[in-house]
Amino acid sequence: MPMIGKPIDRTDGRLKVTGAARYAAEFRLPGVVHGVLVQSTIAAGSIAGFDLSEAEAMPGVLTIITPDNAGKLQHPEHVQQTVPGPLLQNKDILFNGQHIAVVIAGTLEQAEAAAAAVRVRYFNAEAATSMDALLSQAYPPKHFRNGARPPDSSRGDPDGTFNSGAVKLDLTYITPIEHHNAMEPHATLAAWNGDKLTVWTATQGISGAQATLAGQFGIDKSDVRIICPYLGGGFGSKGNTWPPATLAALAARTVKRPVKLVLSRAQMYTSNGYRPRTVQKIKLSSDIDGRLISVRHDGFSSMSQPALGEFSEPVALATEMLYACPDLAVTHRLVALNAPLPTYMRAPGEASGVFALESAMDEMAAALKMDPIKFRLQNYAETDPHENKPFASKALRACYEQGAQAFGWDKRSAEPRSMRDGNTLIGWGFATSTYPTNRQPAAVRVRMDRAGNVTVQSGTQDIGTGTYTVMTQVASDALGIPVQRIRFELGDSSLPPAPVSGGSQTVASVGPSVQAACAALIEKIKDMALSGGGWRGQSREALQIRDGLVVGADRRVPIGALVEKSGHPFIEVEVQTKPGEEKQRFSMHAFGAQFAEVRIDQDLGEIRVSRFVGAFDAGRVLNAKTASSQLIGGITYGIGMALLEETLVDGETGRVVNANVAEYLMPVNADIPDIQTIIVPNDDTTSNPLGAKGIGELPMVGVAAAIANAVYHATGVRVRKVPIRIEDILV
Amino acid sequence: MQAFTLTRPADTKSAIAAASRPDSAYIAGGTDLLQLTKDHVETPRQLVDLEPLALSRIHATGARLRLEPLARMSDVAAHPAVLRDWPVLSQALLASASPQIRNMGTMGGNLLQRTRCGYFRDTGFACNKRVPGSGCPAINGENRMHAILGVSDRCIATYPGDMAVALNVLDADIELTGQPGVRKVPIGDFHREPGDTPHIETVLQPGELITGIDIPSPARRSHYLKVRDRASFEFALVSAAVALDIEDGTIRAARVAAGGVGTKPWRLAQVEAALTGKSPDAATLKAAADQAAAGAKPAKSNGFKIVLLKRTVLRALQTVSA
Ligand SMILES: Cc1cc2nc3c(=O)[nH]c(=O)nc-3n(C[C@H](O)[C@H](O)[C@H](O)COP(=O)(O)OP(=O)(O)OC[C@H]3O[C@@H](n4cnc5c(N)ncnc54)[C@H](O)[C@@H]3O)c2cc1C
Ligand code: SF4
Repeated sequence: MPMIGKPIDRTDGRLKVTGAARYAAEFRLPGVVHGVLVQSTIAAGSIAGFDLSEAEAMPGVLTIITPDNAGKLQHPEHVQQTVPGPLLQNKDILFNGQHIAVVIAGTLEQAEAAAAAVRVRYFNAEAATSMDALLSQAYPPKHFRNGARPPDSSRGDPDGTFNSGAVKLDLTYITPIEHHNAMEPHATLAAWNGDKLTVWTATQGISGAQATLAGQFGIDKSDVRIICPYLGGGFGSKGNTWPPATLAALAARTVKRPVKLVLSRAQMYTSNGYRPRTVQKIKLSSDIDGRLISVRHDGFSSMSQPALGEFSEPVALATEMLYACPDLAVTHRLVALNAPLPTYMRAPGEASGVFALESAMDEMAAALKMDPIKFRLQNYAETDPHENKPFASKALRACYEQGAQAFGWDKRSAEPRSMRDGNTLIGWGFATSTYPTNRQPAAVRVRMDRAGNVTVQSGTQDIGTGTYTVMTQVASDALGIPVQRIRFELGDSSLPPAPVSGGSQTVASVGPSVQAACAALIEKIKDMALSGGGWRGQSREALQIRDGLVVGADRRVPIGALVEKSGHPFIEVEVQTKPGEEKQRFSMHAFGAQFAEVRIDQDLGEIRVSRFVGAFDAGRVLNAKTASSQLIGGITYGIGMALLEETLVDGETGRVVNANVAEYLMPVNADIPDIQTIIVPNDDTTSNPLGAKGIGELPMVGVAAAIANAVYHATGVRVRKVPIRIEDILV
Repeated sequence: MQAFTLTRPADTKSAIAAASRPDSAYIAGGTDLLQLTKDHVETPRQLVDLEPLALSRIHATGARLRLEPLARMSDVAAHPAVLRDWPVLSQALLASASPQIRNMGTMGGNLLQRTRCGYFRDTGFACNKRVPGSGCPAINGENRMHAILGVSDRCIATYPGDMAVALNVLDADIELTGQPGVRKVPIGDFHREPGDTPHIETVLQPGELITGIDIPSPARRSHYLKVRDRASFEFALVSAAVALDIEDGTIRAARVAAGGVGTKPWRLAQVEAALTGKSPDAATLKAAADQAAAGAKPAKSNGFKIVLLKRTVLRALQTVSA
């Protein structure tokens, strides 16, 4: 019975529910002291000076690091996860809530109290806070997708053919700033031993953190060790190595003691990125039969000042490949504000871009008086229409069919406001989902000891999604050993390197390496069996490895016995796998179909999602339980995006007004209905040997559009922004 | 948080004496106060713990209800007499916060919870309520959640609580005990409009302790309706508390109040007047509810509360008169 696919419990579940799993802030070191950040209260200008006398005199304060006395740091080039600032290297203020000092004291309470007593004088400059006012000054990103492709792309002549359509739409959609609000705060414990640095930090990428800190402190990568066994959620906010981690290490070097620096919830609104606000202009033109003639998707996303780096929300990439349309153009532009640097947030680009695209597709279907699914099928892309390549695999049609069937879509009455239950308007909405299948090189070490127990190691991360568990399952099948005898170790940069846990790529990158390393271990065991295990001279093919045994025609020997005989405490292999040329030959994506039912009080305007069905082509599923949790979680995240989440920034001061989870609304249990998830079986071994596509981001893509479309169906009011609020539909 | 001392008084008298010293605050459940102190919005040097006073009883005697100040929100909401005779109170409490907070939050602390205005709760902003005279950035800022009734040009912050709105339609008296003695203040006079002094929110004097809430008579025909973006665990965008006394098809007495819209719990006298003496038919209820937003002064992002308030009051009236 293969373990892959089985809904086994998380191997780390017990540790987590009993509190035994240690998160970054929970590590203890003797002599540790505490750092607390001081952040600016203006958005633009510079620091005129500090008055530290009161703070320095407070109990327990060791020192206060400011730009006046901060040690100099270098900026490592070409490390993707490095953020250039704010690192107290100069006195410029580029956004409100910028780090300007670190107070270090004996206890957290002492450091917090003293941080509040730091007085700052500023030179004020005028802050750019309104994206809409600056739209005309938008500029193309310089490093779009880290330089992997240009920000603009087109096929055919969309502007020339636009007017030839029977139905033409020219629409603008807006998505707000959203914050990840992972449950675990950003936290770092940094300790120096001479010139060697050890850092326990909440990160989605230990390799990137290692390269960043080594570069910043001008030391060798091998002198930096990053440890992160557990992560309390990241959603992209812990992808980069943000300044607080560096500042903790800087503080530790300054006071020559281990320093722990944990962000407050409020500080997390200006310290570790956010999903930028987007303004998206979409032009669609269709013939009378619902065949798209021309598509334009021009995306603008809000940005920090360029000195802080660059991030561009790639809203229109899905638009390029989702529908077969001969003439299409997409562009991406940035609007620089006095704001912190934005970053990846669950399904960056797709979550916001597909909201716009799939809302517009619904508007077009309504204008054509065509069923929304039929309209999608009319434009179904059998091959990638932009890159002119076959899809590695695509089961979107099956997602539409199975999702529609489970939802009961055929019972939908087409007219808006045509379904109700007393005072309650009912709306059904639909949207497509898609997310690219990513993979990067990853290395894995597999070790078997004399007792036959296996340790599999990789410097990857478990961001809460279940990496420990599913990799154990992969190894179990590959070695023919029960999961109980396998231990997966991760989250330590001294382990073989693996990529950042972002872009839903961990399974597709690390999984094949686990398989390959286990296969290599088996060959090594066979080598041992054939050379010294008593099967000398027999054929390799005649030997089987299963249940921890080497099985030959005549007898069976525990593998552990072979290890023992070898005289070593264990045998091990290390293997790296990487993507091949499939990326050049194929277009690799996951797909899905999202169906929402909303119920809206027609007088009071309260919008509640009452039913949700998502059907996904997500490749091979490694664990039915963790997978369905990811799908439910992603849809929940999408419901938050559709109806609740929004960071409010004061227009005058550029300061976040709702930097707490009481006023930044996320769904609670009462907001989430029964969610039905369907996996359309479709092992995609073209994309990677494991056949997985990645499941972390896909389920949130399209949710906001499905809900917006359902709101339209319920009320007849088209809302072209999220979150959709009561006031948007009060008529 | 700034360091403070914790005083655990033996009795009410010593509690009041301790809290009368400058820079002091009572702490009950701590669910609001601790957030404010952690964020340096309030910086007391001494906390006077009310827990040792053990004033947490719920007395339902005949027609009257007396709530002691440390009675928990969850206990009051679930009390059989409250459920039977004062449904509006139970409903308002159950629509408040979350189960965990209701298990900690007390009657006294609930009445005195401070506004959720984001500018008030972040010392990085100016705010007339927190630092008198520093300005009110909410007036031209992010004010979707702010008040439309009772606002001044100094402050437009909403009184956030639900229970006090219900108490307004129950004609509750708040019993206050201070060094000079005991006094009773009708709930309608307890909270103050901001005017020129938004930092003064109630009639409570320094050191004065809430020692009881007295409700004179049952209100079986009563109801609390709360409208919000999130299905639970969110403050009201708009809420309505309604208590009607209907006899022989005529509304003998009507008490109506609104939450989420006023700088204090807002009694809707004009709605009450439009109901009293009439039969509770659809037209009467509608005409009365249409009066709900009289005098409203919306800001940039909260104008929708005018229509939402009328509809919320109407729905609540329909529910209780059905
Ligand atoms: C996330 C969140 C959501 C919430 N949502 C809601 C909601 O939807 N609706 C709602 O109504 N409330 C809501 N609340 C507020 C909650 O109801 C209050 O925090 C709680 O009722 C306060 O009670 P407490 O005993 O904890 O007060 P404390 O925090 O202990 O005290 C609050 C204030 O009252 C003073 N005080 C306390 N008791 C007395 C007394 N007897 N005499 C004089 N002064 C006293 C204290 O000095 C302090 O100034 C929410 C709170 C949170 C944190
Ligand atoms: S509305 Fe009141 S509480 Fe809010 S900022 Fe203005 S003065 Fe302060």
